[in-house]
Amino acid sequence: MNKYFKAPLMGAAAAPFQAAPAYASTIDETVNAAFANATGWFVSFIFSPFPGTNFPWIVAWLVIAATIFTVYFAGIQLRGFAHAIALVKGDYSDPDDAGEVSHFQALATALSGTVGLGNIAGVAVAVGIGGPGATFWMILAGLMGMASKFTECTLGVKYRNEYPDGTVSGGPMYYITKGFQERGIKGGKPLAILFAIFCIFGAFGGGNMFQSNQAHAQLTNVFGDFPGWITGIIFAAIVFVTIVGGLQSIAKVTEKVVPFMGVIYVATALVIILMNADQIGWAFGQIIDGAFTGLGVAGGLAGALIQGFKRAAFSNEAGVGSAAIAHSAVRTKEPVTEGYVSLLEPFIDTVVICTMTALVIIITGQLVIDPATGLYVVGESGAIETVSGNTGVALTSAAFASSFGWFRYILAIAVILFAFSTMISWSYYGLKAWTFLFGESKVADLSFKVIFCIFVVIGAAASLGPVIDFSDASIFAMAVVNIIGLYFLMPIVKTELDSYIRRLKSGEIKKFK
Amino acid sequence: MTEKIVVAYDGSENAHNAVNFALDVAKAKGATLVVVHVLEWSPYSFLTKTEIEERHMRRKEELDRADKAIVSPLLQEIQSSGVTVEVMVKYGHISETLLKVVADTGATQLVIGRTGQSSISTRLFGSVAGTLAQAAPVAVTIVP
Repeated sequence: MNKYFKAPLMGAAAAPFQAAPAYASTIDETVNAAFANATGWFVSFIFSPFPGTNFPWIVAWLVIAATIFTVYFAGIQLRGFAHAIALVKGDYSDPDDAGEVSHFQALATALSGTVGLGNIAGVAVAVGIGGPGATFWMILAGLMGMASKFTECTLGVKYRNEYPDGTVSGGPMYYITKGFQERGIKGGKPLAILFAIFCIFGAFGGGNMFQSNQAHAQLTNVFGDFPGWITGIIFAAIVFVTIVGGLQSIAKVTEKVVPFMGVIYVATALVIILMNADQIGWAFGQIIDGAFTGLGVAGGLAGALIQGFKRAAFSNEAGVGSAAIAHSAVRTKEPVTEGYVSLLEPFIDTVVICTMTALVIIITGQLVIDPATGLYVVGESGAIETVSGNTGVALTSAAFASSFGWFRYILAIAVILFAFSTMISWSYYGLKAWTFLFGESKVADLSFKVIFCIFVVIGAAASLGPVIDFSDASIFAMAVVNIIGLYFLMPIVKTELDSYIRRLKSGEIKKFK
Repeated sequence: MTEKIVVAYDGSENAHNAVNFALDVAKAKGATLVVVHVLEWSPYSFLTKTEIEERHMRRKEELDRADKAIVSPLLQEIQSSGVTVEVMVKYGHISETLLKVVADTGATQLVIGRTGQSSISTRLFGSVAGTLAQAAPVAVTIVP
């Protein structure tokens, strides 16, 4: 998920963005106040911590679900990893199906929706507050999340709707409705409707307003301060011609540039890590030590753990249900194959890319350590003091720039492109939920897209705080409904998986390469 | 089993010449002519979400169009020749797909047009004809 995040602990870290007077005009202020009033109650419910702690229940909800799926499918992320790679390489693709969407394409497209700002800015926030130890918990949560993705994407393909013209619609709203019916459980339809509503909120929030908001923040960094609605209208116009005007060429260009940006990002991170090769052992030592002692960060071990878990959950969207919508469009005879492929997403997104960001920040010595005690120096805000005084995306930028000065410009372009690509992805998810509620028609289609573009402007004009709160809350609300559905439907996935593995072993499912 | 001759056809004039040449050879040898039309496709390209959703539909449309606009007119034209003709429309990388057809059909000859539909990328990355001339396991005739 291309997003930053905020929760009770986080207020301080988000402040630098707010401190930039991004809403100088009165239009922006009005939008902001109205927005904060309208969404406050929803946000505080989703992020309420367990009584007496600062651990939000929603994070526990995601991590517990991931653990249950991991155990239920006997560590599918480990035993299925090699098979997932073989599927992506096309080893099991029938040559007669050439011309259909390949597993690689499905994976790349789903990834372009999740890899982005979260991997750049979000990780910096997690490490900035939770210390290096947060990285350990982030990786662990990413590994567990692979099982959640496996479950939801298998169901997404199995219960999608296919239309006579050959197009398909799928996702949690469809598998919850049809799957519950098949198992004779009541309440599928209302639950599916609830999911669709939250998915529309999520599309407007994290998938839209947060993105235009961050894009505007980046632009003010480069060009100086100007009112947010200007960025909003420009962005809305580009999004409009892409999704309404059918100008797919813009989306096409973005879809091609985004993976390229991702590769540049990881490659640069690797070079920086290798340049500091003598520090790698030390950095991993900090990560492990920090994971179990906290090394002086606010909240100690628990502080590191909460930050790490949160970052992973927010970044790879495992359990949220969005990936199930993306994968359900793929033609495959075996739903389980899409499950296998999708389990690579949290791995690439969280275990590889997020870890790279964290390592670069740690290895380039951005976090201030007290030489006397070896512990991190925590400032008044509760965040670790940094050499540059930055947090969030600026901290990542500073860490990379300490080795390569030019990288800050690439990062700025990347943030804008990631924001745009995520908006296009979520406009698709939101539209699927919208047509589930209102039926597939031209009018329904157009009305959603127009509203979507209006929210682009609101997002750029509002200040960061309320937007982030609402974005996170809406996306997590999706996870609440989706995971309830997954609990009821996981025996179906188990049956599919067992049958698939049996036929794979017996040779009924052949290798073509 | 009769001998088979594979000829690549993309609707261009050179490809047309290639088919006529191959037809003569097939007639003389009493061989079967395998006309192959390849739709360029890479499973490793990047698609948008909408493209993924519509892909199955588009694929059908592309196959229909290939049949109507390219393959069927050719078949009508050559049906009076008396040579047995097989037709294949395939997705994939052009040279790789042709080589695979040669291997799968057990053909003894491959006939291709020289330039086909050329582009700047041909100059940069080499032509289909050039690649096939080097890589094919059977005799290749390149028809100008």
